[in-house]
Amino acid sequence: MNPDVQTAVRAAEPAYNGAMLPPPETKTAASDMSAQAASRSLIKAQAKGLNFYYGGTAQALKHINLDLAEKQVTALIGPSGCGKSTFLRCFNRMHDLYPGNRYEGEILIHPDNINILARNVDPIEVRMRISMVFQKPNPFPKSIYENVAYGLRVRDVKRRRQLDDKVEEALRNAALWDEVKDRLHDLAFNLSGGQQQRLCIARALATDPEILLFDEPTSALDPIATASIEELIAGLKNNLTILIVTHNMQQAARVSDYTAFMHLGELVEFGDTNTIFTNPSNKRTEDYITGRYG
Amino acid sequence: MEPIHTHISRQYNTELEEIRTLVLQMGGLVEQQIDHAMGSLIKGNTAEGEAVIMNDTQVNKMEVAIDEECCQIIARRQPAAGDLRLVVAVIKTITDLERIGDEAEKIARMAVRLAGEERPKNNYAEIQALGGYVRHMLHDALDAFARLDIEAALRVAREDQKVDQKYEGTMRQLITYMMEDPRTISRMLNVIWAARALERIGDHSRNICEYIIYLVKGKDVRHTSLDQVEKEILGRVNS
Repeated sequence: MNPDVQTAVRAAEPAYNGAMLPPPETKTAASDMSAQAASRSLIKAQAKGLNFYYGGTAQALKHINLDLAEKQVTALIGPSGCGKSTFLRCFNRMHDLYPGNRYEGEILIHPDNINILARNVDPIEVRMRISMVFQKPNPFPKSIYENVAYGLRVRDVKRRRQLDDKVEEALRNAALWDEVKDRLHDLAFNLSGGQQQRLCIARALATDPEILLFDEPTSALDPIATASIEELIAGLKNNLTILIVTHNMQQAARVSDYTAFMHLGELVEFGDTNTIFTNPSNKRTEDYITGRYG
Repeated sequence: MEPIHTHISRQYNTELEEIRTLVLQMGGLVEQQIDHAMGSLIKGNTAEGEAVIMNDTQVNKMEVAIDEECCQIIARRQPAAGDLRLVVAVIKTITDLERIGDEAEKIARMAVRLAGEERPKNNYAEIQALGGYVRHMLHDALDAFARLDIEAALRVAREDQKVDQKYEGTMRQLITYMMEDPRTISRMLNVIWAARALERIGDHSRNICEYIIYLVKGKDVRHTSLDQVEKEILGRVNS
């Protein structure tokens, strides 16, 4: 529905080119912090002028500017092929795994202000700080314990006691501990789909990441498992920043604090979820959210 | 009527068009009720008044039916953005329309009572004028709803001030009559209730205008002054 007859020209509006968060309230900022630093303390990551080319030539992302709010859930929505998964995978340098892919622009992580796309930044280190959970649960062909401990072993954590504690902590944070504590050495494949996905979340949490990326984490799960993952995400955001790609708009509406709508590689609109779902500014966003794709 | 831009699900589109159509039908019915109630009062025609009283059940049934449709849309379609605001605005509007229906029924009851009494020479001219204003207000509000026209909605909302002033003038007039001749008191009281009902209809019509602004702009302007609304929504200051 296009209710605002007077602004029908919105159809020709350019894409949103500055996905800036609303000015933060300095509730807890120290009085001697500069306004800039204060605003940065509420932003975990910033994509700046991000362009991405598959195979070096096919442009999949066009000049994306987006701020990820710290300890909040940001959802990426948009039709198939809009670039949301491509954008997500820039955050943990997944595209490096295939030759020829090219990034332009920056993704800065705060508070250290490092550009994770820089060539001199080790992608493995990036993936320790920024973990990902995929659409299809993909536990390793190992025991439940070893799945979670894997990242820690890569980091050279050897002491048994330390490993045990970290594995238990991760499994508790993934709301899986009670179900698996008596069978930690069973094969991960014996778990149900929902449990396997929570195991993958525990595995991602084991390295104490700062940002957790979810790529359509519940599309392969039944409604009950989906609901439990969404509950889990709501709890996880107390400790880390979450970016979730979902093609289920209602999930984005339920789970996220901020929503970004992408279309044809551009960021069309970004805002707090309540506003995006009740009164979006851009007609393309309104059309997508209300199902007017034609 | 401003058409709803087509949803990819034709069925959903039909459902949204349906509630819009039903609201406007209910509005039309309620407008007729006011017309007949006022007609009955002015002409002293009890049959017309009694028809209004009976037809109020029709208005109530429409409220229930439209409410039900809206609930089903919410449950099954999870409307968002403009569609959600449409459903919410419809739910609110039908409540006000049903109340207007009740006020029209009250006027009809007063009309039936007054039909048996001595009629004044001016045929309740004071209340005729008030009734005229109020009918136009409701009609224009429903028209603004159909066209999703917020400028018209704001204009109509402002009319409520005039209605309130006209109502106060009418009250003063009626009080004067009662003071001049206490034998008219019991008759005048019925006229006062009718005038009050008309003033309430004006308030409900203003509420409908507020819902139109919410529907189009996504801003809840209830309990906001119209000057403030004009400034924020239309970006201009009322001179």
